Amino acid sequence: MLSGALIVVLSFAYVGLLFAIAYYGDKRADAGRSIIANPYIYTLSLAVYCTSWTFYGSVGRAATSGIGFLPIYLGPTLMAALWWYVLLKMIRISKAHRITSIADFIASRYGKSHLLGGLVTIIAVLGIVPYIALQLKAISASFSTMLQYPNVIASTASLPFLQDNTFYIAMLLAAFTILFGTRHLDATERHEGLVAVIAFESIVKLVAFIAVGVFVTWGMFDGFADVFAKAAAVPELNALLVQGGAAGNYTTWASLTVLSMLAIILLPRQFQVSVVENVNERHLNKAIWLFPLYLFAINIFVLPIALGGLMHFPAGTVDADTFVLTLPMSEQKTWLALLAFVGGLSAATGMVIVETIALSTMVCNDLVMPILLRWKFLRLTESRDLSGLLLGIRRSAIVLVLVLGYGYFYLAGEAYALVSIGLISFTAVAQFAPAMIGGLFWKGGTRLGALCGLSAGFLVWLYSLLLPSFAKSGWLPITFLTEGILGFDLLKPQQLFGLEGLDDISHCLFWSMIANVGCYVDFSLWRRPTAAEHSQANLFVDVFRHITPGSGSRFWRGSATVADLQTLLGRFIGPERANEAFAAYARSQGIPGIEQVSANAVLVHYVESQIAGAIGSASARDMVASVVVEEPLALDEVMAIIDEASQALAYSRQLEQKSRELEAATNELRGANQRLQELDRLKDDFISTVTHELRTPLTSIRAFSEILSDNPQLDPQQRSKFLGIITRESERLTRLINQVLDLAKIESGAADWHPSEVDMREVLEDAVAALSQIYKERNIALELRIPEHPPLVMADRDRITQVALNLLSNAANFCDKPDSRVSITLSEEEAALRIDIADNGIGISPADQAVIFEKFRQVSDTAAGKPRGSGLGLAISREIIHHFGGRLWVESTSGLGAKFSFTLPLPRSSTSFLAA
Amino acid sequence: MNNLPKDDLPKNGLPKSAPVTSVLIVEDEESILLSLEFLLAKEGYAVTTARDGAAALRALQARPPDLALLDVMLPLIDGFELCRLIRENPALRGTRIMLVTARGREAEIARGMALGADAYLTKPFSTRELMDKVRALLGVPPPV
Amino acid sequence: MTGPTLKGQRLVALFLLGCLLFNFPLLALFTGNTRIWGIPLIYIYVFAAWMAIIALMALIIERKDR
Repeated sequence: MLSGALIVVLSFAYVGLLFAIAYYGDKRADAGRSIIANPYIYTLSLAVYCTSWTFYGSVGRAATSGIGFLPIYLGPTLMAALWWYVLLKMIRISKAHRITSIADFIASRYGKSHLLGGLVTIIAVLGIVPYIALQLKAISASFSTMLQYPNVIASTASLPFLQDNTFYIAMLLAAFTILFGTRHLDATERHEGLVAVIAFESIVKLVAFIAVGVFVTWGMFDGFADVFAKAAAVPELNALLVQGGAAGNYTTWASLTVLSMLAIILLPRQFQVSVVENVNERHLNKAIWLFPLYLFAINIFVLPIALGGLMHFPAGTVDADTFVLTLPMSEQKTWLALLAFVGGLSAATGMVIVETIALSTMVCNDLVMPILLRWKFLRLTESRDLSGLLLGIRRSAIVLVLVLGYGYFYLAGEAYALVSIGLISFTAVAQFAPAMIGGLFWKGGTRLGALCGLSAGFLVWLYSLLLPSFAKSGWLPITFLTEGILGFDLLKPQQLFGLEGLDDISHCLFWSMIANVGCYVDFSLWRRPTAAEHSQANLFVDVFRHITPGSGSRFWRGSATVADLQTLLGRFIGPERANEAFAAYARSQGIPGIEQVSANAVLVHYVESQIAGAIGSASARDMVASVVVEEPLALDEVMAIIDEASQALAYSRQLEQKSRELEAATNELRGANQRLQELDRLKDDFISTVTHELRTPLTSIRAFSEILSDNPQLDPQQRSKFLGIITRESERLTRLINQVLDLAKIESGAADWHPSEVDMREVLEDAVAALSQIYKERNIALELRIPEHPPLVMADRDRITQVALNLLSNAANFCDKPDSRVSITLSEEEAALRIDIADNGIGISPADQAVIFEKFRQVSDTAAGKPRGSGLGLAISREIIHHFGGRLWVESTSGLGAKFSFTLPLPRSSTSFLAA
Repeated sequence: MNNLPKDDLPKNGLPKSAPVTSVLIVEDEESILLSLEFLLAKEGYAVTTARDGAAALRALQARPPDLALLDVMLPLIDGFELCRLIRENPALRGTRIMLVTARGREAEIARGMALGADAYLTKPFSTRELMDKVRALLGVPPPV
Repeated sequence: MTGPTLKGQRLVALFLLGCLLFNFPLLALFTGNTRIWGIPLIYIYVFAAWMAIIALMALIIERKDR
């Protein structure tokens, strides 16, 4: 019989040893000679994963499901292979942004959201506090088992005294945690003494478990083969061996593997030791294979102990969860039993300490501080020194977490809700996975998506796992399980929508992940990320590219004095440490002293990250913003940012707007430039064409003049022919020059117009009279269909005559057949006079019709002889008709003649006339 | 040469001595064509004329001339293109080319030369300059 | 130790191998009554595969490239 006093003294002595180790570790750290700065201590601290749930529970699980306990350790082994990408990234990000908890991490990733940080904290507390209770229960149970030494028959009723003992242990752990977990506030939030203790405890529990395993395997049996051979002889055990946990249900096996893979990076205590307490990211290297090796070692003897216990004790008399203790006890191995007890104690206390620190940091930074800072009447934002208050909140949170854990243990006792809590906790923290892992690798994830995903997953977890566990404990009516809420069959919490055939963990994992991932992705894609979200997403996802600490503030512009910033930092971590921090900053920037530090974006980011270590990144952002006057980005800075990070800023609406305007202006300029170039080209073409047209008659004139001059003996006939050419070409030159000037005047608006009431009959008759000689010469019949008194139009008589002459001479030029005819028709259209001049000549091809009104475009048909003309007549005519509000156009069929028509508008008062 | 179509024969200045040097004039402006034809025929060349690019090609194939006077702005096929076609045709290796144009820009002169023209004359031209260039191209000494 | 280094890729490949080894259907191959030294095959298999994965991890991490 071991006296209770001995066990109590041993327990307290053990905790005392932990105090000593922690004290030593902190002292060494303060002296700058860290004892934890090596990969082995780092690996051992990661082994906080193995709690009393491993130490006692694995054997219990193995006793009922064979190797069914193994996925909990295979999952982390597999995940360790991915640490190179996942955990390293988390460490790098957390160091760069002074992130101190998983809630802080997720909140910071999605634009430093208070709401998200709070939600993660609440889920973590709800999911983890019962887990802490489980550890306390393990301590309590191991106590009561040891007290009955060497009697191993489990006691059924827990004594109030023992529960009180557990309470003292809980409070002792609280004191320990406060002492070594909140010794001071620091941006890094690292606790060297504590890590040393956790590593030490990991050694103790491993040694203890292996010692018991070796004793059972070789002390009670004759090696592994013997254990299995003897077990095979027992029918029930043989069935257990053959079926095995895996063979029974591969789905359960797979979902437990996935669950534990997520747990190893998402459990708050794992985040604390692997990310926050990490001294050097290179330590991760060795841990990748050493940590799985630790898990392997602590699991080798689970089956022998389980089988040994099942064979040693009559069926049902001893709880398999206690085999690690009761096997040495029943063999009267007092010291081995005590070692096992201490091993269990270390597994439990290690977990409780780290989990409490992690949770209290979250509660303080992501739940309490944001609320307190928001309550304006507390005037916290003006307070001189908040470090005392912060420490107080942190310490209260530690006590609160442990009291909650103890309370849950006290209330739940032997209830199902406590026994099964390990996996329920795992499933709760698995809800962080989409927001966390998605946030690490997918820039598109947004605050809204993370909030919705987390909430949806959390609600499904609550409904299909936690509440059913309450129902199974008798705290809720069992009909909740059997009939579903409000009697809806489809809503039965563990057969949601009729899904049966899965164990409750796989069932919950399936539905919660569907809801969580679905909402996360869908709502993330709902709208574009905000600038803050996008900036954070870039910093997180591309952390390996943004390793410089200043990069976080690149998208931010503001001004603040150095003194303001130092005072601000002093309020959260105390003036002395703030001074130290500024000195460290000055050193890192290569500045001789604090006095020379200048306030810039890098310093602001540094201060923000220091404060983030104390109160969380979201609150830190608010605090810094309170002393920093933000300024709008100036244009040259925008340009600089475009150079550096155009991708990130593409999402800034303002910039997008600006760049759209710039683009529009550029396009306008380009268009204007093109029009200018086109005009320039047209002008060049025009001049070139005019030159050509002028040079052609000049060439003839000069050539024939020289011929006449050089050849005085030419016969008179030839002589007069050449002189005729000179005269004709001179006239052509004169006409051309007049027309060019005419057109230039009309186009530039400088032409003189003399509008008067014009009788179109007179105009047409004048034109016909002027050309009658040509028509007679060419034997062209002319037909006039003009009413006696057409209504008068307002126009320049000379100009309109010019148009009529041009059209009539064109018509004559196109007529070369013996029976050529040209008809002139004047008719009244709606509000206009219309004049048609039709010929039965060669006609104009459709291609030519399109261009003949352009300058210098002539109908080119050499077969019929080239029509003479400057190529400007139609262009001028059209300008004139347009000037008086009319139209000029041509209708023609090749070979069948052409009809040129123009209209001139009638004055409104003009009365209609009757056709002649 | 006796087989040439009648209207393509020079109207005056019949060949004085054999072998007669032949010149093709391609020009769409009637009066200019007339002046060129007069000047060259008077000098004793066998003159052929064409009023557009297509007619010029026909004339070139019928009898490769010693010299082609090409207007640049021609209907159907312009002077540059004619120039290129002449230079691509081995049968016309012996034909000299002079471009005669009213467009006297440097770039156009350069283009003509690049296409293989041997001389360039800008309208309006002096008859003396024309004849000097023609003689130079055909390797005939100037009249004393 | 950033980016998709050769080491990182090897580890990811190892992760995929592990996922294959520790899951249906490979696990099903080793269930049954077969025993080696009296130990059921599935136990030998799982622990041996586990040890192999850890050994490969150690090899990948500790091997000096070049």
